[in-house]
Amino acid sequence: MSGYRLSSGGRVDRSRALSFSFDGAGYQGFAGDTLASALVASGVTLFGRSFKYHRPRGLLATGVEEPNALVSVDRGPARVTPNVRAPQVSLHEGLVAESQNRWPSLKFDVVSINDRFSALFPAGFYNKTFMWPRSAWEKLYEPVIRRLAGLGDSPVTRDPDHYDATYAHCEVLVVGGGIAGIEAALEAAKMGSRVILIDEQDELGGAALADPALWSTLDALTAQLFAADNITVLTRTTAFGYYHQNFVGASQQLTDHLAPSEAQGPREKLWRIRAGEVVLAQGAIERPLVFNGNDVPGVMLASAGRTLALRYGVAVGRAVVIMAAHDSGWRDALALIEAGVHVAAIVDIRTVVPADLADAARAAGIALHLGSAITAVAGRHAVKGVTVAAGGTGPAHKIACDAVLMAGGWTPSVHLWSQAKGSLVWNEAWGTYLPGKPQEKCRVVGAGAGAWHFGSGAITSVLPNSLPVSRQKAFVDFQNDVKARDIQLAVQEGFRSIEHIKRYTTNGMATDQGKTSNLNALQIASGVLGRPVTEIGLTTFRPPYTPQTFGALMGHHKDALFQPVRKSVIDDWATAQGAVFENVANWRRARYFPKGGEDMDAAVARECRAVRQSVGIFDASTLGKIEVVGPDAAEFLNRMYTNPWKALQPGRCRYGLLLREDGFITDDGVSARMADDRFHLTTTTGGAPRVLGMMEDYLQTEWSDLDVWLTSTTEQWAVIALQGPRARDVIASLVGGIDLSPEAFPHMAVREGTIAGVPTRLFRVSFTGELGFEINVPASEGRKVWEAIFDAGQPYGITPYGTETMHVLRAEKGFIIVGQDTDGTMTPGDMGLDWAVGKKKPDFVGKRSLARPEMTRKGRKQFIGLLTEDPQELLEEGAQVVTNPDAPIPVPMIGHVTSSYHSATLGRTIALAVIADGRARIGETIFVPMADKVIRAKVTAPMFYDPEGSRLND
Amino acid sequence: MILIHCPYCEEDRPEVEFTYGGEAHIARPLDPSALTDSEWEGYLYIRSNTRGLHAERWRHAHGCARFFNAVRDTVSDRFEVTYKTGEARPAKITQTGGAA
Ligand SMILES: [Zn+2]
Repeated sequence: MSGYRLSSGGRVDRSRALSFSFDGAGYQGFAGDTLASALVASGVTLFGRSFKYHRPRGLLATGVEEPNALVSVDRGPARVTPNVRAPQVSLHEGLVAESQNRWPSLKFDVVSINDRFSALFPAGFYNKTFMWPRSAWEKLYEPVIRRLAGLGDSPVTRDPDHYDATYAHCEVLVVGGGIAGIEAALEAAKMGSRVILIDEQDELGGAALADPALWSTLDALTAQLFAADNITVLTRTTAFGYYHQNFVGASQQLTDHLAPSEAQGPREKLWRIRAGEVVLAQGAIERPLVFNGNDVPGVMLASAGRTLALRYGVAVGRAVVIMAAHDSGWRDALALIEAGVHVAAIVDIRTVVPADLADAARAAGIALHLGSAITAVAGRHAVKGVTVAAGGTGPAHKIACDAVLMAGGWTPSVHLWSQAKGSLVWNEAWGTYLPGKPQEKCRVVGAGAGAWHFGSGAITSVLPNSLPVSRQKAFVDFQNDVKARDIQLAVQEGFRSIEHIKRYTTNGMATDQGKTSNLNALQIASGVLGRPVTEIGLTTFRPPYTPQTFGALMGHHKDALFQPVRKSVIDDWATAQGAVFENVANWRRARYFPKGGEDMDAAVARECRAVRQSVGIFDASTLGKIEVVGPDAAEFLNRMYTNPWKALQPGRCRYGLLLREDGFITDDGVSARMADDRFHLTTTTGGAPRVLGMMEDYLQTEWSDLDVWLTSTTEQWAVIALQGPRARDVIASLVGGIDLSPEAFPHMAVREGTIAGVPTRLFRVSFTGELGFEINVPASEGRKVWEAIFDAGQPYGITPYGTETMHVLRAEKGFIIVGQDTDGTMTPGDMGLDWAVGKKKPDFVGKRSLARPEMTRKGRKQFIGLLTEDPQELLEEGAQVVTNPDAPIPVPMIGHVTSSYHSATLGRTIALAVIADGRARIGETIFVPMADKVIRAKVTAPMFYDPEGSRLND
Repeated sequence: MILIHCPYCEEDRPEVEFTYGGEAHIARPLDPSALTDSEWEGYLYIRSNTRGLHAERWRHAHGCARFFNAVRDTVSDRFEVTYKTGEARPAKITQTGGAA
């Protein structure tokens, strides 16, 4: 119990007390406090447990860089946010927060036993120890590590909040609302620019909020800011990502600073900002010093001690010792004295410091220890004192204290700058990287550019100590529990690049991305390697700058708004009929129409029987459709597809096979010649955009001499497939202007006329092997025509069927589905489709590739049928096929099952597969090994029903 | 989100409107059957895989639907210039942008 509220000072509103709880205990703070400042004011030193060793940890910082004080904030059921930095939680009445990573309690944590055995957990420990056996990793190591390590618990319930998103444009975007940022915004606004200023804190001011001498200046500047009508100010907003061409992502907190009862509207808002120029005014982050005991609760950054006293009116302790390597620590000491905090001593690693600072400190009654270092910190849950030694190894003496403030110098926040690929220049004097040349239109102002005016300092790595580094608890990365000795060990084990050292030690890989640790790690590695920092490299800065909620990134894109759903004009009808739907390439398609409690198998068997015995009706509207028009239309299709098109007569259809230039099948479909210069193409449901894009590519970039126009007509036509021996009877009374007789209107023909009074392109085609029609009508009339046909079909027991039945019926006939039976490596020959390849054509897309030796060699997989010996055994799609299941492992696999169904028509199961030299194996028995058995099946031709095709020519 | 200048629309539009089309200035042989297997392999598969300025094809798929060419720096992902299909690759591109 060391911190306390000063009797005066700070920016908190002492007239507004707020009650809150932490780990179940009640506390009080003031409006303007953060959770961190209010807890320190209440004497709390212990904030959490570290990641690996579960060491007790206190507050290190008062800003975004805080690595230790991660808490869960509980805003009611399903609204628990883990891993929130306590100094960034604005206090409100009734705030409920919990510490993390401890069990059963923060003070007494069972896993902290790890710390006692920390010699067993060196860098790379996980990599070395848990290499094998694999089963032990899955069953033992991983579950245990997951339970013991880690941070807060992820919520398991659905997030009830909603999240807004917006785009914004401006001439100048300023990131950071300290004095430098405000001045940059005002300057830009004077030129008439639209300006957006964003800052992550509740109030503007940045570092000036901890400097009362600047408050009146700050007030005057913010007044100007809010008076300007071309400046948008966004507070509680974090610019987390800086992308190409000055595109910046920022997340604005809208309700988390309010009591849950006062919170209304969206919780956060994602801003996507495109700026003409970006001004980064993000300031600098103070660097901790690396010494033995630097993680005992009560050891924190000097800037944090200063901010707590001057901004929040909170003393970090009753006797403070400053461990400095930089002048700013001395200025902080003097500011603390002025605020009424007792500073017992300043220890500085330097032997010489500016005389004015030394004189002022002496005059303030502070004991000075120049050329000295802290070599040990007493206390486990709170600082009780420090040991100081001259030169780190000289005579030691103890100083009683309850807080230690570290002033290790400053690191400019170059995260966003680096994300935008701005170069960094090593500054030897300051021991840090500074912004160099920008890639985007961007500049850095204020402390982020190195423009700090609080003096100079010494560059340090590990402070000198008579103990070897390997025996010191000298932490570099507080959040990931990386000690100086881990970095030393990594170098000794041969790691040279900081990118490798980082991954081996996990330094900088925690949620704080090494904001306080990266440069110390670099300095230590540089020292051990004896090479300059610039030769070791710098790790990459990646978005997000701070952790962001998934909610903010998702915005409204969830549930029904996650992805557009494409519905055909028959969708409402199918819904009313109780259809079960599936998604196919963003389309919602009726999969089957269960009746009276049928399951899918029963419904599909009934639908299949109806099509084979009488007539079924199917919504094929999702088929991709392209209208190809122009004097060179036939020539164009002749070059695109494998088949010959020039001789196709108007009124006739043809099955078209489309290859990529590498010779592999990419799409197929039946297309019709409507006139000499006009074709009606169909593509697979999922392939339409790809096919249109491919055709446009050839037309625009290779054959621009051809006079052809391509138009996507997928959504213009509703397509009603009517299939079965009674199909002609159903539409006979509805069709006008078309002779439906088999002689006048044969299979693979197209006619134009009317149906139910609506103009139609009537195709006589079949994907089922039955007599069939695909009735194209304008989409706006689709529902009307569908219902007219359905009514007319009642005497024949017309049955609506879905995609599942369509799949079974086509599989019985061995018709392929591109993308299911083919996988992007199959040629026409592989699929038994050589008949669809125009042998006499000099060229078409993919033809030259088909002549490559690889495409004609023996042993290629070929499309065949499989019939299991047990007719009720259903093979699994994707299952591997072997010739000898008893062969030694690895058993050679000759192919796999591509389609597998129960066939009601045949009263047994059927399957399609691609296997090596499949056609030569027809009649052989092959094996499909499964987890619990081996299934025997006979290889057949890929055709199970009506091989002569007599039914569809009826 | 990159902005890409469509040389047909003459506008900078967000990259989600565009699709990538691979390396530019590789013409399909007029008579593929006259090519040896290795010549055809070269046309089909062999690409320059440039580190730096790379001429490549893009399509303004959700816009004018036209294909065009671009010179992009594959290190910085920066578009230096875009130009219409059929035009030659600009002779000299400076690293700071624009055709010279
Ligand atoms: Zn365009």
